[in-house]
Amino acid sequence: MIFALQSLPYLWQGLLMTLEVSALVVFFSLIAGTILGVAIVYGPRWLYWPVRIYSDFFRGIPLLVLIFFMYYGLPLFKINLTNFASVVLALSAFKTAHIIEVVRGAIQSIPVGQTEAGKTIGLRFGQRLLYVVAPQAVRRFLPPWINAVVDAVKGSALVSLVGIVDLMLAIQQVIGRTYMPMPLYVLGALMYFGINYSLSSASRRLEARFAYIRE
Amino acid sequence: MTEISPTSPVVRIRGLRKSFGTNLVLDGIDLDVRKGEVVVVIGPSGSGKTTLLRCINLLETYDEGSIQVDRVEVGFRDGSSSARQRRSDRELARIRADIGMVFQLFNLFPHLTARENVVLGLRKVRGLPTAEAKRVAEQWLTRVGLADKLDSLPSQLSGGQQQRVGIARAVAMDPKVLLLDEITSALDPELVGEVLTVAQELARDGMTMIVVTHEMTFARDVGSRIVFMDGGRIQVQGTPREVLTAPAHDRLKAFLARIELKQR
Amino acid sequence: MNYHLNFNYIWTHFDKLTWGLVLSLELAFVSILIGVAIGLSLALAYTGGGRLVRGVVAGYVEFIRNVPLLLLIYLVFYGVPSVGGFAYEPATSFVLTLSVYAGAYMVEVFRAGLTAVPRGLIDAGKAIGLNAWQRLICVRLPTMFRIVLPSLSNAYVSLFKDTSLASVIAVPELTYGAQWIKTNSFRVIEVWIVVTPLYLITGYALLFTLQQLERRFAIQR
Repeated sequence: MIFALQSLPYLWQGLLMTLEVSALVVFFSLIAGTILGVAIVYGPRWLYWPVRIYSDFFRGIPLLVLIFFMYYGLPLFKINLTNFASVVLALSAFKTAHIIEVVRGAIQSIPVGQTEAGKTIGLRFGQRLLYVVAPQAVRRFLPPWINAVVDAVKGSALVSLVGIVDLMLAIQQVIGRTYMPMPLYVLGALMYFGINYSLSSASRRLEARFAYIRE
Repeated sequence: MTEISPTSPVVRIRGLRKSFGTNLVLDGIDLDVRKGEVVVVIGPSGSGKTTLLRCINLLETYDEGSIQVDRVEVGFRDGSSSARQRRSDRELARIRADIGMVFQLFNLFPHLTARENVVLGLRKVRGLPTAEAKRVAEQWLTRVGLADKLDSLPSQLSGGQQQRVGIARAVAMDPKVLLLDEITSALDPELVGEVLTVAQELARDGMTMIVVTHEMTFARDVGSRIVFMDGGRIQVQGTPREVLTAPAHDRLKAFLARIELKQR
Repeated sequence: MNYHLNFNYIWTHFDKLTWGLVLSLELAFVSILIGVAIGLSLALAYTGGGRLVRGVVAGYVEFIRNVPLLLLIYLVFYGVPSVGGFAYEPATSFVLTLSVYAGAYMVEVFRAGLTAVPRGLIDAGKAIGLNAWQRLICVRLPTMFRIVLPSLSNAYVSLFKDTSLASVIAVPELTYGAQWIKTNSFRVIEVWIVVTPLYLITGYALLFTLQQLERRFAIQR
């Protein structure tokens, strides 16, 4: 028991690493996913299929497969990234595909009558995007996006398999020293739960708050 | 802004044809609407009435023919049928600002209050300063009976109230012609009256209107001209008395009989 | 790039991949069956039960959905035996974990499905004199199943991809087979060139087939 308590600082370091990986992945995927998601809705025809293929590809393979391929495969292409960089890249590429779908869904779920109403009061395309589409799209985007953030945090646990000392690997290393798997796994689960549950509660509250947008 | 001469119609439609794929929806429509007229378009579903309305402000494109609002061709740059170039979004925006439309499903902006819904066009399209825009918006919302709902969101309003906001939003832009697309069809029966009353007052105050509706009482009492459409063509036109009270046309008689049965 | 593609090792050991794929499909299938059983019973308990029942079910669902699957796999495979004093086969442990995991998602699916059954149908059942149990069996469940078919198809494909995590406890499914080949031949690129399409094509083939089945049964809303 005392061993376990003494390990808390070590676990804390692992938690920080988990948060760091998650934050980076969320950041990159948000930017790339939003740009590509908007592009697939409003962009030129020739952009649609490449982005669509990207999205379907990365959502069609397991995350683990992707991580291993990037981790072992990239050096063979003479791309030498650190462990850290290659997993963050893999996770970000994976998450971007999901964000593209969330953005696409948020925009395309807006009834067509909204842009028509914007047209009838004389708004130009850019004005319609700014004053009619964007405010509604953002409100439709936020709840599912927070769920995607929760997924990113859960997915970050896979970095433990390529040697990054996140919370998951920290737990296993402490178990290796203390031989008490159950309490530590439960503790780890509670820590992940703490982060993710607050996020998903926020998502549910936002969804309720923004229900009026779906009248 | 050009003067509308007393003889030139506000809306002038000639030879309008439109197909959805292989389905010919509008088969050669000719129609004039003069200032102050209230033209009521009736007919069975699929007759093309809503499509006709939506072509006037180019929510639908048209294949052949000409639609002019205040002598400006709506869909194309050069009126002559040879080298017709479709209008850009910017040009359309300017034309549409002078054409108002009220929708069957209201289409209010859900993230904006009633007042903000009306203010948006006034500020961003008419370029009014904020204070002035708010004043005009409040004026019109009071006119339609919603002075106490200025800061309500659409989700907090009944169907009839939402539709009245929709009317205020369209009318506040001071349009040359107002298009009403079955504005009471999606309302509970007890809410229909309040909306039709507003429409009637607008007509009485001289607004040029083209109304697609199933409400025959409204057509009879408020319409200055009734147009019966069937199969993509205008079958009968005339005053309410001519068309509704003493119908001569076969298909019109059949249609009216079905409607009367429903409304009895 | 002085790398010459050489697929020989992969072809000679291709059976590791094909049997791995089959095992992945089986693992996912068993897990979804158990998951459906768990999810349906808990969903029914939830809609019918009092605050305590609802709290317990909600707690289970929230816990599973907010904890990484990897952690759950380790917890069940390494953690539970250490307090239980027994050991189990990796595959058994994995199926247990994935079933509990699937169950949590199934609770949500079935809960939404039950509430999506039109009130009118239930009222019609009452009107012709069916009692609560009969209404459940004859009206609510059949209707609900047709409504949730798309969600079930997606869940199965999703679980199929999740079986790749079984490789971390040495269950010989597809990803494990791929890693085995990679470790023994160093032919990383070739392995992933073969394995990635296996996942993709299988996934889409599953979706397509299930959608065809749906067409026969599903209710158009």
